[in-house]
Amino acid sequence: MDARLEDPVAAQMAAQPGEAAHSRRQNLWWRLASIALFFGAWEIAGRVPINLAFPTFSATVAAFFEMVGDGTMLKAYGLTLQPLIVGIVLSAVIGVSTGVAMGLRKSVEWMVAPVFIVLQAAPVAAVIPMVTFVYGIGLTAKVISVCLLALPVIVLNSYKAVANVNPSLVAMCRSFLGSPWQQIVKIILPDASPVIFAGLRLGIGAGFVGIILAELLITPTGIGDLITYHRAVANYAHMYAAIASIIAFSALTLSGLQWVEENWVRPEKRGS
Amino acid sequence: MVAVTKLRAADRHGEHMASLESIISVRGINKVYPGQVHALKDVDLDFPAGALTTLLGPSGCGKTTLLKIIAGLLEPNTGDVLVKGRKVTAPGPERAFVFQDFALLPWATVLRNVGFGLELRGMAETKRNEIARRYIDQVGLSGFEDKYPHELSGGMRQRVGLARALAVDADVLLLDEPFSAVDEQNRRKFQEDLLRLREIERKTFIFVTHSIEEAVYLSDRIVLLSRRPGRVSQVITPQIDRSGSPEEIRRDRAYLDTVEEIWQGLRQFVD
Ligand SMILES: Nc1ncnc2c1ncn2[C@@H]1O[C@H](COP(=O)(O)OP(=O)(O)OP(=O)(O)O)[C@@H](O)[C@H]1O
Ligand SMILES: [Mg+2]
Repeated sequence: MDARLEDPVAAQMAAQPGEAAHSRRQNLWWRLASIALFFGAWEIAGRVPINLAFPTFSATVAAFFEMVGDGTMLKAYGLTLQPLIVGIVLSAVIGVSTGVAMGLRKSVEWMVAPVFIVLQAAPVAAVIPMVTFVYGIGLTAKVISVCLLALPVIVLNSYKAVANVNPSLVAMCRSFLGSPWQQIVKIILPDASPVIFAGLRLGIGAGFVGIILAELLITPTGIGDLITYHRAVANYAHMYAAIASIIAFSALTLSGLQWVEENWVRPEKRGS
Repeated sequence: MVAVTKLRAADRHGEHMASLESIISVRGINKVYPGQVHALKDVDLDFPAGALTTLLGPSGCGKTTLLKIIAGLLEPNTGDVLVKGRKVTAPGPERAFVFQDFALLPWATVLRNVGFGLELRGMAETKRNEIARRYIDQVGLSGFEDKYPHELSGGMRQRVGLARALAVDADVLLLDEPFSAVDEQNRRKFQEDLLRLREIERKTFIFVTHSIEEAVYLSDRIVLLSRRPGRVSQVITPQIDRSGSPEEIRRDRAYLDTVEEIWQGLRQFVD
């Protein structure tokens, strides 16, 4: 019984690795084309101009390199990243473990689920001034702003992910004599990981929103300060360069997370 | 040549005698699901060592429930499961399960899936991979060690599930409708492979199906369950000469008679 020779599906599958690489290359092409199209449209819109406060793409790039050159960009990122990284790491660690605990234990679910459901629904931007009122304008207040935005979605996604783990895989683990610990580590966490990672991506995106809101609403520091300052002095190219750079930075961070998921956690999702 | 045992209270005694060589016995099993669903009622059965016993019955009669109780995945409301004469209430190394929906880890290769039972027991990687490769070869999947389940057809996935159960070297294999998600062509081939595997592996098989032909083709003993609440209505021991080719077996007089016999037995459950 040689499945390799008799199974037409198998023969088809043997041809697939090359195809996967091919479609990945094509995928990359489409992405590059879409980016080029976007920047082209930006350049044209800036030249028309649709608004005097709207710089061209080339002027924005020039402003970006100017700010990289004189060190203001680096200094701004240094200030912004500190509370951002602390807040995101805290949210990820606390959020995933709380969510997983909620999914595993009904008592934890009942105790903490309402808090995060309310938090996720709340317009958190309205709460940030209150955070300043209690914690002042320092690092703590900014870290709390990041956590307020990032935590709920991370917790709720991790919880849903664990609650919806394939029960048949859990039964399989038990029937092959897996311990409760092995059940969590070898079945529940990997099976839940795509939804947990989706929550992390949303949470990190929200964390970027949180830090910029804090920098605009609490005290102008870092990237928020660059945006506020250049708007005040009507240096619009510089303002857009600061905004575009933080968007690009956020997008790169999220791609990095996806790379980690596909290469370290769920290798079968690569290239699909 | 069909030996039929009607199970009435009077000849339960005979079953007890047979339990001397039986590797698994169930005694007085009752299972009531929440909502007063009486799935199994007073089930007494013995599964002889080395035999392939099929559980056959109408849909919803409790076949999966009984198999999961034997596997230790589900607790009965009353009654005991004995493995080699000892009462068990949880899964054990003597029993391995093949799942209807395969239950493969989507994030693991065929090699890791097949060795997963051994991995859970803490066997070193090189050793468990060596064993896994042997069983991958035995179910005809060599060359697919590094594929992921989503890259395989339904039939191949179930072979992975079978190899995983074989790899832990349990005495008893519990199979819950292993071919129901597999097309007819693969199903027949799989049935033949299973007969061949039985020759080499000398294990006890407990097999759930709702195909009469499949049951007769494969089994040493067929247990007919009644409609819910499921209870044992008949035990049939087909005497079929399996030395011929699959086509010869399917044309065999005893084979056809047994299929007819079972159909007569099951007809009362069809409205
Ligand atoms: N978790 C459950 N809760 C309540 N009722 C259940 C549960 N599992 C099964 N049942 C019911 O118990 C009865 C027996 O179910 P079981 O799955 O054992 O049947 P089966 O013989 O395997 O059926 P099939 O041939 O359709 O697979 C069915 O009527 C089913 O609806
Ligand atoms: Mg069933």
